[in-house]
Amino acid sequence: MATDGGLLQEVSQFLYHEARLQDTHAYDDWEALWDDDAVYWVPANGEDTDPEREMSFIYDNRSRISLRIKQLKTGKRHSQTPPSKLARIISNIELLDSADSQIRVAANAMIFESNLRGDTVWAARNEYTLRRVGDILKMSRKKVALVNNDKPIYTLSFLV
Amino acid sequence: MSVEVPRQQWASLIESGRVHGSLYCDPEIFKIELEKIWYRAWVYVGHTSEIPNRNDFVTKSIGPMPVLMVRDREGEVRLLLNRCPHRGNAVCVVEKGNRASFTCPYHSWTFANDGRLMGYAFPDGYEGVEKSTLGLSAVPRIAIYKGFVFGSMATDGPTLEEHLGGALRAIDQLCENSPEGEIELTAGFLRHRTKANWKFILENECDGYHPGFVHASIFSIADSKIGELYGGESTALTRDFGNGHTEVDLRPEFRRRDVPLSWFGTSTERLPAYVAAMEAAYGADRAREIMIDGTPHTMIFPNLFIAEIQLFVIQPIAVDESIQHVTALQFKGAPDFNRRMRQQTMGSVGPAGFLLADDTEMYERNQRGLSIRDPEWLFLNRGAHRERRDENGFLVGHATDDLPSRGIWRHYKSLMEAV
Repeated sequence: MATDGGLLQEVSQFLYHEARLQDTHAYDDWEALWDDDAVYWVPANGEDTDPEREMSFIYDNRSRISLRIKQLKTGKRHSQTPPSKLARIISNIELLDSADSQIRVAANAMIFESNLRGDTVWAARNEYTLRRVGDILKMSRKKVALVNNDKPIYTLSFLV
Repeated sequence: MSVEVPRQQWASLIESGRVHGSLYCDPEIFKIELEKIWYRAWVYVGHTSEIPNRNDFVTKSIGPMPVLMVRDREGEVRLLLNRCPHRGNAVCVVEKGNRASFTCPYHSWTFANDGRLMGYAFPDGYEGVEKSTLGLSAVPRIAIYKGFVFGSMATDGPTLEEHLGGALRAIDQLCENSPEGEIELTAGFLRHRTKANWKFILENECDGYHPGFVHASIFSIADSKIGELYGGESTALTRDFGNGHTEVDLRPEFRRRDVPLSWFGTSTERLPAYVAAMEAAYGADRAREIMIDGTPHTMIFPNLFIAEIQLFVIQPIAVDESIQHVTALQFKGAPDFNRRMRQQTMGSVGPAGFLLADDTEMYERNQRGLSIRDPEWLFLNRGAHRERRDENGFLVGHATDDLPSRGIWRHYKSLMEAV
């Protein structure tokens, strides 16, 4: 699609903001980015599987996202106690299409995680569906396609 | 193979209520385990529903070694080793598919999916060579029980049914929860890598002592009754079937509740199609009993864990590295039930699961802890004073006792001591 500099700038800022909330474990603020029809999807065994029929690492609707956040906030989610230290780079941001109030965006993510086990690098191709709600953007869908999701992966209990 | 360990050494490492830490972290012991357990005993490989059609294949494993589980062109299930007899190349590098033959990319040797060498390039160079001796190797023994495919790398030994013994009941119990008496594995596997020895995973599967603590974070916020099953007041039992097979038998708790499908955290009103199919298949009375008892929580040594609504396969990679393969169980003829099992499985297990991320965190902490030199032993004596025999002669204990671990180590010792 034709580059819309203003929209690209706005979307990029949204994605960087989301990345920072995840990296800093700002759980409530991250949860607040989601719209009510949320789908948070981390497929396994490829990018084009059917999450209604096949296993995914994460396939959360809005209420399961909320449960995930509540669990992290108990302080007894052992795999995040202490929390992973994280820094991620979001790059290659591309507007795929926008119609009405919906914007589809692709980006790559590279995440460095340091925890009790050691240091792990994660790489993913992400796809987002954002929606304009009043003056702000909300996330209605986020797909995180880890590039090695067809192989065994270590515990993934931070917000990816 | 590494040096033979004298018989008495195993007795000095494995006592009835404690085991030596080196069993989880000595690379030499791991090499011996591969020879004496993984490449000798019956090991679960896969399920026939993963290769429903002729010429289907899927990559599975026995220990760290990949195995091709194939349904050949005649419909027979075979376990082939993915190593070209010529130079060792892989004849198949895709995980699953449908193929009548496999061609090695290196020199184009081509094998039928029953393992026979069909042809090689420029055959005039192989004058006098007996082609029939150059097929793909097969796992020497294969046995199938109700669709569960097991392999043994030993040419002889106990039969599969002798090996499974009392644990056969668990597979029977599981299959009865399907209105058609069969389970299917059709949802694909999540694969979870961990820096821990495989035996920490094996022992944890029937450790009823940990859930209230390791999983407190999810039990405290979800409307879950799982915690009660593993409390101090629980009437659930740990059981040692012998041959290393163990279970947590939750049926006493579910029978006390006396509510069909309570074991699955739901009710008959919510799954009317399933209930109708069960009643049609088994009659109302028997269907009610099955739906009260639910599915088993049984660990079949060394690698198949039937975890109520999931199936786990434990794979050792190195002394300190393992993979947990997990998928949702699916009951043939129960689409409404199956959808819920997939949803619950994705929430609870795998690398991001509400439960398994934390179990796996524990395995890794256990493993790292063993680098600390003192004490050298792990203590497995909980409930030793209250072990008793059930009506079938199997040892049983309280839901939170270490009885399953003791049973696992008893069998492990016998395998490691065997010549």
